This record gives sequence, structure tokens and C-alpha cells, in this order.
Amino acid sequence: MSKAIETQLIKVANVDEIPNQVGKEVIIDNLEIAIFRLSSGKFKAVENKCPHKQGPLSEGIVSGEFVFCPLHDWKIDLTSGDVQKPDDGCVRTYHVEVRNNEVFIKI
Amino acid sequence: MAKRKLILIGNGMAGVRCLEEILKEDPNRFEITVFGTEPHPNYNRIMLSSVLQGDTTIDDIILNSYEWYEQHGIKLFTGETVEKINTEDKLLYTDKDREVSYDDLIIATGSNPFMLPLPGADKEGVIAFRNIEDCEQMIRSSKKYERAVVIGGGLLGLEAARGLLNLGMEVDVVHIMDQLMERQLDATAGTMLQEELEKQGMNFLMGYQTEAILGAGRVKKVSFKNAKPVKADLVVMAVGIKPNVALAKESGIKTNRGIVVDDYMQTSAPDVYSLGECAEHREMVYGLVAPLWDQGKALAKKICEIDAGDGYQGSILSTKLKVSGVDVFSAGEFADNPNTKAIRVQDEFEGLYKKVVVRDNKVVGAVLFGDTSEGTRLLSMINNETDISEMSKVTIFQSTGQGAESGVAEMADSDQICGCNGVSKGDIVTAIQEQNLTTVSEVRGCTNASRSCGTCAGLVGDLLEHTLGDEFEIVDEKATVCDCTDLTHEEVVAEIREKGLTHTREVMNVLDWSSDEGCSKCRPALNYYLGMVHPMEHEDEKESRFVNERMHANIQKNGTYSVVPRMYGGVTNSKDLRRIADVADKYDVPLLKVTGGQRIDMLGIKKEDVPNVWKDLDMPSGYAYGKAIRTVKTCVGKDFCRFGTQDAIGLGIAIEKKFEKLNTPHKVKMAVSACPRNCAEGGIKDVGVVGVEGSWEIYVGGNGGITLRAAELLCTVITGEEVLEVIAAYLQFYRENARYLERTSHWLERVGLDYIKSVILDDEQEKQKLANRMEIALSNLKEPWSEIINDEKQKNDLFENYKATAVAQK
Ligand code: SRM
Ligand SMILES: Cc1cc2nc3c(=O)[nH]c(=O)nc-3n(C[C@H](O)[C@H](O)[C@H](O)COP(=O)(O)OP(=O)(O)OC[C@H]3O[C@@H](n4cnc5c(N)ncnc54)[C@H](O)[C@@H]3O)c2cc1C
Ligand code: SF4
Ligand code: FES
Repeated sequence: MSKAIETQLIKVANVDEIPNQVGKEVIIDNLEIAIFRLSSGKFKAVENKCPHKQGPLSEGIVSGEFVFCPLHDWKIDLTSGDVQKPDDGCVRTYHVEVRNNEVFIKI
Repeated sequence: MAKRKLILIGNGMAGVRCLEEILKEDPNRFEITVFGTEPHPNYNRIMLSSVLQGDTTIDDIILNSYEWYEQHGIKLFTGETVEKINTEDKLLYTDKDREVSYDDLIIATGSNPFMLPLPGADKEGVIAFRNIEDCEQMIRSSKKYERAVVIGGGLLGLEAARGLLNLGMEVDVVHIMDQLMERQLDATAGTMLQEELEKQGMNFLMGYQTEAILGAGRVKKVSFKNAKPVKADLVVMAVGIKPNVALAKESGIKTNRGIVVDDYMQTSAPDVYSLGECAEHREMVYGLVAPLWDQGKALAKKICEIDAGDGYQGSILSTKLKVSGVDVFSAGEFADNPNTKAIRVQDEFEGLYKKVVVRDNKVVGAVLFGDTSEGTRLLSMINNETDISEMSKVTIFQSTGQGAESGVAEMADSDQICGCNGVSKGDIVTAIQEQNLTTVSEVRGCTNASRSCGTCAGLVGDLLEHTLGDEFEIVDEKATVCDCTDLTHEEVVAEIREKGLTHTREVMNVLDWSSDEGCSKCRPALNYYLGMVHPMEHEDEKESRFVNERMHANIQKNGTYSVVPRMYGGVTNSKDLRRIADVADKYDVPLLKVTGGQRIDMLGIKKEDVPNVWKDLDMPSGYAYGKAIRTVKTCVGKDFCRFGTQDAIGLGIAIEKKFEKLNTPHKVKMAVSACPRNCAEGGIKDVGVVGVEGSWEIYVGGNGGITLRAAELLCTVITGEEVLEVIAAYLQFYRENARYLERTSHWLERVGLDYIKSVILDDEQEKQKLANRMEIALSNLKEPWSEIINDEKQKNDLFENYKATAVAQK
């Protein structure tokens, strides 16, 4: 079996189905992803598991391009996936594309 | 000796203020009767602008409640106009055919708005801006109509226009001159003002001469002598006022423009006095409140036969425009003339302009635009005829740091800090010292200083700094809301109130937050403060809520939720229990547990199931997740327990039903027991009520959590009704005064129980006001669970996940 991961775009929703500044959980097979529509209009997607204790990031408070984990308030950069100081860690990020009002996640 | 009969005609700001002074001097001297045309107790007319602009409510601007009159034994006849005075026999007659005799009489009839005698001025929809009814009519009109024309580009006209804009109307301001507020501002400031207001969406028709008001029944258009007509559904005339002297004149009292008075506010008739906007003193008739305080004092001393010294000596006026986002101040002789010189500073980048007018080395007038923080200080320099020959020209403008410190230090105790509410430096310093005040908003709460136009807030801050010394710094430093700002909780709340801010983004923007969208600390705090300040208007921001409060359930460590339905007073029944059991079966709820709050917790429910669980339960939310009213624990009480003295369950349920759903700075837990054995554990609750024979004891400030603290006795009352009243005032004061995330126990430790008592128990008026504001807050609460299950979009947004499958592509 080939180990190379095929990337593909998966349609998850229409643009207006994703609320502003409140995250949404997307389940693609057994991947759990948190997708966000920021107030700038940009979309961001990260793995929906906080590096600390697996908190669901989709339920956190979104501020600019960061999300605060709902369980213990770690602050995570939605673009790089990096946990902000004083905590450490990193969460996987996904590329989001918007075409004709439809939102796709690249996996 | 029988008391002298004192009658006040005019239940407005000047008259009632004077009564307050009289009561201070000699509370038992008079039997007092008041007649007022308006159907309200005395209110703060100035604040009508804020009401119209949506920053406050009519209830909040009442200065003296009906209880106040009652407490002081004052007979009040509202909605009743005095029509004639017989000064010889000392009798007066009202429009309700009442005939009353007096020993002393005060006329404080204020003024009437001047209505331009235009053709059509009597049409429906043409009004003035003077009283509560005008204000209400504008608010009503804005709901039905779109276009308003305000005639008059002075203070009142601009404040009305801003209010109408806030109410969603399109507004044209017609002004006959080519400069706004020409009676208070020079050309430079006038132009800057116009530019700023145009940015806010006001449209100006400058130099327009109004000719007629057109329309069939209701106004449709306003026509001009020198331009095309404009459409209008509402016309507000704000072109000036004229002293209300008709009554005095017809009764043979000497009038000129106003009712003529001497330095002791005495008119030409024996034992008849006058003050306020209807009075003329040394050929001056005033149209602002500042003179009222001194006039009231002089009159009170005179009428109580206390040495009144030189009496009233006239006032120098200052004005401030109360429009949010525009800071304009003017005082004294602001215009240039041949024997004055001016110091001017103008910064076109920042939109700042300051001018100080000097004659013979003394400051005689000032205009400030963009930053008015120095206004009160400049006014006191004008009043004190401060000699500035020793000062360098630049220091005149310095309001912060050393200059200002010494500025307040040098002021006399009797110098007025807050012109709008007549509060002197002495009043404020005493309040700071006696009540341990540490913030501007606390001073505002206790003394009213800076409550109306806000110009003096800076000076109050300086006074705090001056009075407390280093302590002030320390208190100030620890309490910033979060790292996004240097402002304290109190300052942020004060700014929200003063600037009429309505949205977290706006707060962060206007108050220079260091991050665009704040953080997980400040966003929920701001959302709370906005809801507290604007209970009727604020739209709760879901995105600024912590997960539990957004989802109305407690998130668990594995991302599932727990659901706690309300069980008032811990009392349940077989039907509810059966339903809980059925729901638990249907959704495979992993754990059912009796909580420490006397109800049942259903733990481990999957996110998608939560709304369905609510729906099947068909019970209200227990708010086990909220910074809100949680539970009211009760003991069985007198119906069953052999020691019980009172109906603890009944009262507990009543408390829970009254206050449920209410947001608070931190969670609030209560308990009611029916004897001092205190089985409901009121001793460690935010509010604990203990029934004893014939009365209820109310304890506050307990906490059973991280830092154990025993509750302290607040007061003892007789009836359950009274318990509810005290709790309402206490909780509303907590809501308004505590910092977000401060439990009552910590708040009480910080401000002191005595202070809390002084506000909610000793001050009947304040207690009533708090209770009124509590009623407003309670009037607009919605049950969140049923709201979400009936709103597909919200339900979807919050609880549904997207599911997709990856189709392998070849
Ligand atoms: C369910 C319950 C425990 C139980 O099984 O009995 C409970 C559960 C939680 N408590 Fe509690 N507390 C519960 C009664 C109490 C009590 C006792 C009481 O209310 O009589 C206390 C001490 C009394 C007090 O508050 O003064 C209590 C003191 C705390 C504290 C510390 C508060 C403090 O000021 O020190 C926290 C932390 C906080 O609120 O910040 C907390 C926080 C929590 C949270 C909400 C933690 C969280 O934010 O997720 C827990 C949610 C668990 C979950 O997953 O559902 N819980 N908690 C009780 C629910 C009562 C109810 O019916 O609403
Ligand atoms: C919208 C608005 C904003 C303002 N803003 C400011 C400001 O920012 N700063 C400032 O200094 N001033 C401001 N003012 C002016 C200030 O409100 C007045 O100077 C002040 O209210 C005057 O007090 P008064 O008691 O003389 O008159 P009023 O407060 O008008 O009281 C007179 C009362 O007498 C009653 N009355 C009259 N005739 C009779 C009678 N025959 N029998 C019985 N009752 C009678 C009237 O109904 C009225 O209630 C503002 C005014 C308005 C309308
Ligand atoms: S508080 Fe008193 S009355 Fe109530 S159950 Fe306990 S012992 Fe009985
Ligand atoms: S799980 Fe995210 S901070 Fe603890």
C-alpha cells in the first residue's frame, strides 16, 4: 500500500451555514475538524482536539485569528496551529477553500 | 409654635433643590406643599437628552421619588397648575379649584419652549423638547415615521437631533445662522463641530429661514423663504426658551424678562420668592442648572432666617454638548474682543481645539473642542479670577500630572466640581474619606458628581488621587479588566454609560483596546456589562459567551454536556421525576446525580442530543452553568419540621421564581431555612435567609467554595415581601457595582458591608431606584432552552455537526 496521502477537497457546507465567530465541528470519516468563520470573513480549520487534554476547540471563544480552548483556556493560533505562551504545543491545521459560496476542506 | 406654611409652585429642578436645602437648614420649620403641572415627581431634565439618545431610562432620571416627598411630610399635587396668586391675602388658586393659603411662597415655574409663530406650527407632529412627554412622543414617532426636521442648531437642537438619529430617523437640522451654537462657540469650534456631526450622519441646512409648516393634519413638509422645501414627518422646535412669568405677572408681582428678585431671591411681593429659569437676578435670566444650586442655598438661608451673608451674587455659565463622540465645552466670555487676548491651541490631525480668553491677566472665558477634560478647572479659574501672569502659557492647558494635582489641591472646599448636579469639592472629599471610595464611578454613585454631562470625571479622578495619595495608584493598578486594556472594570462601565456604547466591538474600538477582538477574559465581561447597563436594548453576543453559557449546558471533560433542569426550591413531584427518568432512558444518559444544589444533574449527554433532551424534559433551565442566579436551597420548614417557624419552601420558591435567569457578575446561590439550625446552609450562601419567630434574617456574602466565608447579617425584616425587596436591591447593587467574576463574598470584603448597608438600607430613595432597575432587568429575560429549541438556526449553529465522507479519488 502506498503511504503517500492523496489530498482532496471535501465540501462541508455552504458559506452562510457557518456562523460568524462561533466554531463548528466537521466530521469527515473519523477526522474531527473545527471550522471557523472569522469576523474578517476568512475561514480557518484545525483539528478539533486541544493539545492539552483534547478539548473541543470548536466550542472556544474566537478572537481575531485565535481560539481560546473551552476547557482550560489555552490560546491557539488558527493559522499556524501553534499554542501561545506560556503553554506549549501545536494542533494540525487544514486548508479551507471557498468556491461559489461553498466551503471545502482539503484533507 | 405652629409650623409656617410654605408652598412651592413648580415641581422642577430649581424648586425641589431649594426644598432640599431648606430641609437641610431647618427640617421642622415648614409644613410644605408643592404644586406641579407635570404628572411626575421631580426629575433631572438635563438627562432627557440621554433618555432620547437611549443611554438611560425615564426611571433612572427621577431625582426625588414619591417616597421622598412622603418621608419629608411634603404634600405633593402633581398634574395641578396654580392659576392665580392673591399676594395680599396670601392665597392661591389652582386649576382643580383648590384654594390654599400660605405664609411663604416660592415660585419656580421654569420656562416654556419658544415656538416660532409659523403658519402650520400647530399641526400634529410639531413639538418642542422640554419634558418627558416630548421625549416619549419623539420615541413613539421614530417607530412610525422616518424623517425629522429639527429647527435650531443650538445645544438643545443638536442633542435632540442626535437622539432622533439614534432612534433610526433621518435628521435635517435647520439653523438660521451660518454657524452652529453661535452663542457658545467661536467660528473655529463651530466649524469643527459641524464637520464632526456631519460624520455622524446629521444633515445641516445652514442659513435657512423657515417659512411655514405644511401638511393636511400632520406635518408633511417644512418650507423656507430662501430654499426648496424638505420632507418632514416630525418637527422639533428648539429655538429657545422664555421664562414662565405669566402667573407672577397676572398676580401683580414685578416682572421684566423674568420675575425680578434681589440677592436673596425675594420678589416685589412680601414673603414671595422665586428662583430658577423664571427668575431674573441683576438683569440676568439663566437657562442652565448651575445657578440653581447657589440660588437655592441663598433662598433657603433667607427663608429659614439664617444669616445668608451676601446672598446670591450671580453665576458664570459653562455649557457642554451632551452628544456621544463629540466633546465641546464653552464658558464665560468666549468671543474675542478688542480688550481681550487669547491663547489658542489647534491640532487638525487629532481634531483638537482649545482657546482660553484672557483680560488683564485673568482667564475670562474658554472654548474646548475634542477634549473637554480641562473644562471644570478652567471654569474654576474663571470663577476665582485666577491671576495667570505667573503661569507659563502652556501650563494653563495641562490637565494631567503635577499641574492638575495642584489644580484640585488649590481649590476651596466650597468650589463646585460638578456643575450639573451642584457637588462641591468638599462634598466629594468627605464622601471619599467617609465611605472609602476608590474609583470615579463610586464617587459618582455616592455623590452624583459627573453623573450628567461627565465633563468633571477627570477632576473627580484628580481629587481621588489627591485625597488617597498612593493608595489610589494601588487600587487602580490591580483591577484592569485584562491585558487588552489599561482600564479598570469601573472605568469601562463608566465609559459604556457615558459614551452610550452598545457592542463589545465598539467598546474595544472606542476605548483603544490593544487587540482587535479582545480575549476570553474581556469579551464575556464586556458582554455582561453591556447587558447590565442596557437591559432592554442589549442583544446578547453568543460569540462573547464562554462555552457553558453559549450552549446553556455544562461542558464535560470529554466534550459531552450535563443538563440540570430547574427544580424550584429543591421541590419536585412524581411527574417530573418520571419524566427525568424517561428522558434518561431514551438518551442513555450515563449518570444521574443529585447535586449539592438540591436538584438532579443528567451528565454525559452528547452535544447533538442536548436540545432534544430539553424538549422532552419540557422543564426550564436550572442555569447550573451560568454567571447567573443558580439555586435557592430550602429546608422543609414549618409545615413538617417540629422546629420550623416559617414557610421556608414557599419563600425559597418565590425567590427562585423572581430572580431566575438573571445574569450576575458571578454565580449567585441562595438558601432559605425556617429556623437558626439553618439546614439549607444559608451561612455559606451569597444570600441566606433564616426564619425566626415573627421575622426573617437576611445574611449576605457567604461562600462555600474555594475560600470559605461565613455570611454576615444584613438586616431583619418581617414579611416575605420585604425579603424579596431587600434581595432585589442587594443583587441589583451587586450587579452594578461588582467587577465581572467577583463573587458576592469577595465584593463584600472589598467594599465593606457598611457601605452596602448605607446604599441599600439607609437610603430609601436609592433602594427604590435599585429595585426599579432590577424590575427592568427582570422584565426582559427569556427562557433559553425553549428559545433555542424553537429557533432552528440557533439550534443548528450551536448543536449540529457537519458530517462528510472522503471519497477516494483515482
Ligand atoms: C453539579 C455540582 C456538583 C454536584 O454534583 O453536586 C457542581 C458542579 C460544578 N461546579 Fe460546583 N457544583 C455544584 C455545587 C457547588 C457548591 C455547593 C452548592 O451550591 O450548594 C459549591 C460551593 C458553594 C459556593 O459556590 O459557594 C460549588 C463550588 C464551585 C466552585 C467554587 C466557587 C467559589 O467561588 O469558590 C466552582 C468554580 C467556579 O464557579 O468558578 C464550581 C464549578 C462547578 C462546575 C460548573 C465546573 C465547570 O465550570 O465546569 C462543575 C460542573 C460539573 C459538570 O460537569 O456538570 N463549583 N459547587 C453542583 C451543582 C449545584 C446545582 O444544582 O447547581
Ligand atoms: C433636553 C434638555 C437638556 C438640557 N441640558 C442641560 C444641560 O446639559 N446643562 C444645563 O445646565 N441645563 C440643561 N438644561 C436646562 C435645565 O434643564 C433647566 O435649566 C432646569 O431644568 C431649570 O429648572 P427650573 O426648576 O427653573 O425649571 P423646570 O425644571 O422646567 O421646572 C419648572 C416646573 O414648574 C412647572 N410649572 C410651571 N408653571 C406652573 C404652575 N403655574 N403651576 C404648577 N407648576 C408649574 C413646570 O411644569 C415644570 O415642571 C436642559 C434642558 C432640556 C429641556
Ligand atoms: S432549618 Fe430548622 S426548621 Fe428547617 S429543617 Fe432544619 S431544623 Fe427544621
Ligand atoms: S483541553 Fe484545551 S486547554 Fe485544557
